[in-house]
Amino acid sequence: MSAEAAGPIPTTRTPNVRTLKLAESVFVPVFALVGSFLIFSLFLLVIGKSPVDFFTLVWTGGFGSSFSIQQSLQRSAPLILTALAFAIPARIGLTMIGAEGALVLGGFTAAAIAIPLVTSGAAAPVAWLIMAITSMAAGGLWIGLAGWLRHYRGVNETISSLLLSYIAIAIMNFFVEGALRDPASANKPSTMPIGDAYRIGSIPGTDVHWGFAAGVVLAIILYILMSRTTFGFAARMTGGNVRAAKAQGLPVGFLVVTCCAIAGCCAGLAGFFEVTVIHGQANASLVAGYGFTGILVAFLARHNPLMIVPVAIIFGAIAAAGGLVQRRMGMPDATVLVLQGIIFVVLLASDTLYGRIKFFQPEARGDRT
Amino acid sequence: MMESAFITVLIAMLGGAIRVSTPFMFVALGECLTEKSGRINLGLEGNLVLGAMVAYAISFHTGNPWIGVLAAGGSGLILGALHGYICKLPKVNDIAVGIAIMSFGTGVAFFFGKPYIQPSAPRLDAIHLGDWTGNPALAQALQVNPLFFVGIILAVAMSWAFANTRWGLIVRMTGDSAASAKAMGVSVDWVRFLATAAGGFLAGVGGAFLSLYYPGSWNQGLSSGQGLMAVALVIFARWDPIRCIWAALLFGAAGAIGPSLQSVGISQGYYFFNAAPYILTLFIMIASARSKGAAREVPGELSITK
Repeated sequence: MSAEAAGPIPTTRTPNVRTLKLAESVFVPVFALVGSFLIFSLFLLVIGKSPVDFFTLVWTGGFGSSFSIQQSLQRSAPLILTALAFAIPARIGLTMIGAEGALVLGGFTAAAIAIPLVTSGAAAPVAWLIMAITSMAAGGLWIGLAGWLRHYRGVNETISSLLLSYIAIAIMNFFVEGALRDPASANKPSTMPIGDAYRIGSIPGTDVHWGFAAGVVLAIILYILMSRTTFGFAARMTGGNVRAAKAQGLPVGFLVVTCCAIAGCCAGLAGFFEVTVIHGQANASLVAGYGFTGILVAFLARHNPLMIVPVAIIFGAIAAAGGLVQRRMGMPDATVLVLQGIIFVVLLASDTLYGRIKFFQPEARGDRT
Repeated sequence: MMESAFITVLIAMLGGAIRVSTPFMFVALGECLTEKSGRINLGLEGNLVLGAMVAYAISFHTGNPWIGVLAAGGSGLILGALHGYICKLPKVNDIAVGIAIMSFGTGVAFFFGKPYIQPSAPRLDAIHLGDWTGNPALAQALQVNPLFFVGIILAVAMSWAFANTRWGLIVRMTGDSAASAKAMGVSVDWVRFLATAAGGFLAGVGGAFLSLYYPGSWNQGLSSGQGLMAVALVIFARWDPIRCIWAALLFGAAGAIGPSLQSVGISQGYYFFNAAPYILTLFIMIASARSKGAAREVPGELSITK
């Protein structure tokens, strides 16, 4: 994992080397982004559409007006949170792909705990607080369990978190189609709606919901935690070399489980916002693939919490532009999915360029420190 | 009365298991081949969805579903080759690339699949194995698609080939120790590339089953994550092609339990059974994580078992 991507690393590197590394970490993704746009333009030309029109529309739909910018921010909210859920365990060396399940479980538990709160007429802010804590606890427990299994039982976390995701979805289905089903939801089994009084609205003056603000705040907090505190340093050291960390007497088990629990809290909170802002109840719509897109967002941000925010906004913008592209160019709404897929594949493949472009290598340039 | 209901459920489950398990079987065999060579492909979900769309479209245009099946395999082969090629590059994370391929394959399938949601394409025919029983429920349950048998034959052939052929040995060696493969003059990258591409082909065929037989139409919600679960299935089967068949049948039966209970009027409470295979796989992983005997079955180069 890219421990260099964030935070000061105590080395004796000269500024020159640092500048080169920074230039490399800007050049490679930009190069890959341009490359994927070119590939997609080729694709558009083959099917007889104009790339210029397309990218103009994506720009208009994503960032063209204050309305579209707000749409983009809106859509980036769950991506920020699920990307954080991947990035934090990644810093400690784990590939945790279970954010989807933690999101679903978080959303479901929020909707479930809302039922007694709504019937007893609790004040909305109190209800929100309880729901948010419940969903974070559920998500944290879920991913924390995968981390615990990893450290104390040697179970591979990638697969166990994937399995736990499916178990989480089954748990939601079990209750949504059974004990907690709203009788009014005939075609799409759901929990009881939480009601308009308990829906979370937008940030005043905008259409952007509070999930985005929560994502940004969490990203900043987690950035500080991971790169400016002893905890973060110990976690990154564990990610770099577990045995060295153990030899230093670091509490590796505690670090692993805590990082995973933090990750689960982020994903669970994403579920909380999906329920309280978007859906108003828990149902199969929660399984929307945010957990998996978040993984890719985290990779593209090189697991740096601060970088996750702009990357997530870019993908939020591409998703937000889908409707416009569909209406104006007569192309399927899946067009933006193709573009998104190409960007993901090319950007991940571009990781191989690090250290291979002579220009950025101080050793090759002869100005070694 | 109880007994007849029980038998109805059992028969429905048998038929359901055979139907639902076939795509599981193909993705599991594909993943098994790829993992035997020491690489993991989390992107088979993309192959499955793209395969389903391509099979349906080609079957619609040519009128021959079997050409559709082959085309689906071809599309899976291309995606698999893409994954194989990218993972060959140094410093690239195979798990992330797998998820990216999944998102790319699904996107392409939805893009080109839009015009095929409405029209009806020729489907694959079933072999009627149960007509002689005179029991309509049993006869219906025993309508088996030829692809089911193709999968079984393939599993036996793979199992035989791994044990008895030069190619099988090369794949296993590459998966167990890249260093010894190199020492033998085998190109590790090339073997893994071929194994990933071939695995992608099989996953594409699994997708063809979804759109051309059961459920038997193309739409965007066709796959329910069978491709992603391939990884769990292979772990469940401990990297053995024959056991992949049993694992696929078990996963299929767990998926079929809901509809079969519905046939006798029970319409809720069965979601626990849907999750049962995943819980079981998790327990198997926990049990085998620290066991030396279990470690022997795992390809040594596999990133997920280190």
